[in-house]
Amino acid sequence: MTDVPHVPVGRRILANRLFLAACVVCTGLAVCVLAVLIVSIVMDGVHRLSPDFIANFASRKPDQAGIRAPLVGSIWVCSICALTALPVGVGTAIYLEEFAKRGRLTEFIRINISNLSGVPSIVYGIIGLTAFSRFFGWRAGSDPIEFGNPDSLLYLRLPFGSSVLAGGLTLALVVLPIVIVASQEAIRAVPNSLRQGALALGSTRWQMVSRLTLPASLPMVMTGAILAMSRAIGEAAPILVLGAPLMVLETPSNLMSEFTVLPMQIFNWAGRAKASFQEIAAAAIIVQLAVLMSFNAFAILVRQRLQTPLQ
Amino acid sequence: MAQPAVAATTPAARGTPIPRSSRDRSETVVKTVLLSFSLLSIVTTFSIVAVLGIEAWGFFTGFPDKPGIGIVPFLTGTEWSPLLGGEQKFGVLPLVCGTLLVTVIAGAFALPIGLVAAIFLSEYAPPRLRMVLKSALEVLAGVPTVVYGFFALAVITPALQRASDAFGTYNALSAGLAVGIMILPIVCSLSEDALRAVPQSLRDGSSALGGTKFDTSVKVVLPAALSGIMASFLLALTRAIGETMIVALAAGGLAQLTMNPASQVQTMTGFIVAIFTGDAQANSVEYASSYAVAATLFLMTLVLTLVGTAILKRFREEYE
Repeated sequence: MTDVPHVPVGRRILANRLFLAACVVCTGLAVCVLAVLIVSIVMDGVHRLSPDFIANFASRKPDQAGIRAPLVGSIWVCSICALTALPVGVGTAIYLEEFAKRGRLTEFIRINISNLSGVPSIVYGIIGLTAFSRFFGWRAGSDPIEFGNPDSLLYLRLPFGSSVLAGGLTLALVVLPIVIVASQEAIRAVPNSLRQGALALGSTRWQMVSRLTLPASLPMVMTGAILAMSRAIGEAAPILVLGAPLMVLETPSNLMSEFTVLPMQIFNWAGRAKASFQEIAAAAIIVQLAVLMSFNAFAILVRQRLQTPLQ
Repeated sequence: MAQPAVAATTPAARGTPIPRSSRDRSETVVKTVLLSFSLLSIVTTFSIVAVLGIEAWGFFTGFPDKPGIGIVPFLTGTEWSPLLGGEQKFGVLPLVCGTLLVTVIAGAFALPIGLVAAIFLSEYAPPRLRMVLKSALEVLAGVPTVVYGFFALAVITPALQRASDAFGTYNALSAGLAVGIMILPIVCSLSEDALRAVPQSLRDGSSALGGTKFDTSVKVVLPAALSGIMASFLLALTRAIGETMIVALAAGGLAQLTMNPASQVQTMTGFIVAIFTGDAQANSVEYASSYAVAATLFLMTLVLTLVGTAILKRFREEYE
């Protein structure tokens, strides 16, 4: 730093003002985009919203079409995704943060997780199709093995085919890296003094984790989990690859039912040329955004309710 | 002082002793379960590599009843027409070109704006405004990508068409801008995190030496946060390359080797969608080609992610 060019103070102050103006313009632009996005969708779709729109099944006639099947499908898929991705993701995070010794395997798992988070969701769709829908080609060409009565809740069929279970498991693959990384950060934020205290009192690692670290990091873990679920509920590409039917006229009754999800229905409607389909696509988007907003609000609530100060 | 006293107490004085073996056993069980969970992520990676690798290999070397395409013609071919009735051509370059065109447009829109907005949020904005803007960004970040696809078709494309006759219903610019809007919050919030991680003492030093806010942010804080900012750029571009629903709706379905933003293009992800929503037979060559395209896409994003990790590791500026 020996040769700093001399810039007159006036020019530097001018540069500062110009840059501030550029900042305001750029940030303003981002906010404007959000405003235009929301306003245009609400203007297109709000007059299509009605109790019938929520309660009706899909239809060739846009005036009678509704989002009952995709809405219920989204709830099913998201629940399956949560029930599988959250235990596995939080468990992985606990292992990496509290149990794993520094070593080759741990390092490999870490790098692997960061790479998985960069894999496009459509690639997960292809893997889900191969692994869950077709069991890697096992029994290809022959009838699937069935367990139980197709009408009962406990009906199971191997391979899973384009079922709601295959969809949920595929989305679990998509969000798993997100859950792991968020939980790792949450666990890392717990002060080390608490751990040392627990270990000094003679507790085992698991006693320390289950009674101390996990409860202490729970608000942040939950926040990450909810954000991961809002990602899952907005994903269309993996479900598209699994082959959700264009028109689903019933809600899922068990894990093997066919299904569609809200983003897929939006995709189907948005891709059609007719203006009335564009309008119901916008109406479905409003419902989707409302669901997401309630997820976010829930996350904030959880964060505030459960947060206790730690020293 | 306390050490010998503890050692001297008898086991009975420590309360009910828990049998060591049962504690250890449950500890081992828990640890094994957690380890197997974390190994699932490795299984996932191996499945991705194996599934894409085996299927793409079949596509390159040929099936029992059909000749293979060959890896060199696939990677260097300039024509992609797998679904047309005539001669099928499998040169992946038009798809790669379409993906890059959309990604370049998205990056040109989102990277500068996102970075400047991040500097504003981290260095200039008063705390109140910063909170409001950050929550607006969180909303943008949570919007499903299919919504941006709808936005591209319903708002951006008509606006472009009003501006110029060159734009058709499907064009790369509209899709690229929508992808740019999608990655904007990623760039902005990750860059902001990197900027805020720079210690306050650096800013104070710069101000004390007479630096203006601009001098401080651009000549001191920005270079200090550069590795994090580059990593956020790479992450955003990775997302842009892999984005599917926006391009499936707005970019079109014609694979062509062009850099003209007004023309319709097909991206790699767009082609995969076309295969899985169309009526391609599960054992046909065009169906197998989607696995080869997915493998190419996977490798591209993998390289970008690895480069991002390497940058973060290599160029991180450490402050106490």
